[in-house]
Amino acid sequence: MSADPATLRFLANLLEQHSGQQMAESRLWRVETALKPLLRDRGLASLAELVTALIGRRDERLAGLVVEALLNNETSFFRDRAVFELLATDGLERMRARRADERRLTIWCAGCSTGQEAYSLAIQFAEARARWDGWRIDLLATDISRAAITQARDGLFSQFEIQRGLPVGQMLRWFEQDGAHWRVRRELAGRIRFRQHNLLDPTPFAGKADVILCRNLLLYFAAERRRAAFGRLHAAITCDGLLMLGAGETVVGQTDAFVSDPEIRGLYRPSTLQVATRAA
Amino acid sequence: MKTCLVVDDSKVIRKVARHILETLSFEVAEAEDGQQALIHCEATPPDVVLLDWNMPVMSGMEFLQALGRSNVIARRPKVVFCTTENGIAHIKAAIEAGADEYVMKPFDRDTLASKLQIVGLA
Repeated sequence: MSADPATLRFLANLLEQHSGQQMAESRLWRVETALKPLLRDRGLASLAELVTALIGRRDERLAGLVVEALLNNETSFFRDRAVFELLATDGLERMRARRADERRLTIWCAGCSTGQEAYSLAIQFAEARARWDGWRIDLLATDISRAAITQARDGLFSQFEIQRGLPVGQMLRWFEQDGAHWRVRRELAGRIRFRQHNLLDPTPFAGKADVILCRNLLLYFAAERRRAAFGRLHAAITCDGLLMLGAGETVVGQTDAFVSDPEIRGLYRPSTLQVATRAA
Repeated sequence: MKTCLVVDDSKVIRKVARHILETLSFEVAEAEDGQQALIHCEATPPDVVLLDWNMPVMSGMEFLQALGRSNVIARRPKVVFCTTENGIAHIKAAIEAGADEYVMKPFDRDTLASKLQIVGLA
C-alpha cells in the first residue's frame, strides 16, 4: 500500500481542522501506519478508499476515528526532568507562599495525552504530603483524544510506558503490577480528574488555574492557531499563575499572552495584555 | 566523557546498547559476564554499569553482591539492571541487592536516556 501525496495531505488536513495539530511533510509516513487498523476494521483497501468514504458519506464518526488515530500521543513520566524539578521547587513553592491564605491550588494539564505528566505531578504532591497538608489541590488533566483520556483514567501502562522517565522506586511505590501492565494505585488515581477537551475550545472548568502545563502540544499547531491556543490558556490562568511548556518550547515570538518569568527561567507568566482566544 | 560498562552475555544486546550509549556521548566498555565486569570495575571503575541478570560464570546478582563487598573499587559505579524479567519480586530483589535503577529489555534510546538521567548521568 502506498498512498499518493494528495491523499496523505487530505488526511493530515483533516487532523489539523479537528485538533489544530499539523503534520509535517517529514511525518506523513505515519499516516499509513496509524490508519492501518482503521482500514482493516472498516474493510477499506486503501487510504484513497478511506478518503472517498470521508468525502462521499460525510461520515463525522469516521472522521473522528481518523483524527483519533493520527493524534500524536507521545509522552512520558517526568518528561524533561529538570523542568519538572524547577516547577516542584521554585514554581510550586512560590504558589504555596502566594496562596497561603486560601490553601488551595488549581492545576490544569492541558493536552495530557495518556496521563503520565499528570501522574508525575500527582506523585510530586503525594511525596510532599507533609508540606501540602491541609491544602486542596485540584488537578485537572485534559486531552482531545478519547482513547488517550480513557487510558489516563484507567491508569494502566505497559512496561514500555511505565519505564520511560519513572524511577523504579516510584514505580514500585505508586503502581501495582496487573498482568504485563502496571496500574496506578487508587491513592494516586484519586488525585486527578481526567476529561476529554479540545484546547481550542473554551476552558473546561469554572474559575482559573494557578498553574497550567501545556507541554509539547503547541509546537504542532500552525502559528495562528497557536496564538489562539495561547489566548485560551491566558483566559484560564490567574494573573500571577505559571505556565509550563515543553523543554523545547517558548512563548518568545509566538504570542503576547505570556512572558518569561524573570525569577524562574523556564516557566512563563501571563502578560497583562488583552488576548484573542480565537484564530482569525 | 562519561563511561558505561555494558555487561551482557549477548553480543547483540551489547552492540545495541553500545550504539545507543555512544549516541548519548558515553564512552563504552563491554564485559560478557559478572566476573569480567568485576575485574574491569576494579581496574577502571566506570560511571555506570548496565547489568544483565542471567549470565554464565557470574550472574548480575552475584556481581552486585561482589561489588558491595569489594574494598578494591575506588568509586562505586551506578548500576542499572537490564533484564527481560518484569516480575515485582524480581525488581525488588535487584533494588535490595544494590541496583540504582531497572530497565526492561528491549529498550529504546529515550528509555535508556531517562534511566541514566534518573541516576544522575545524563
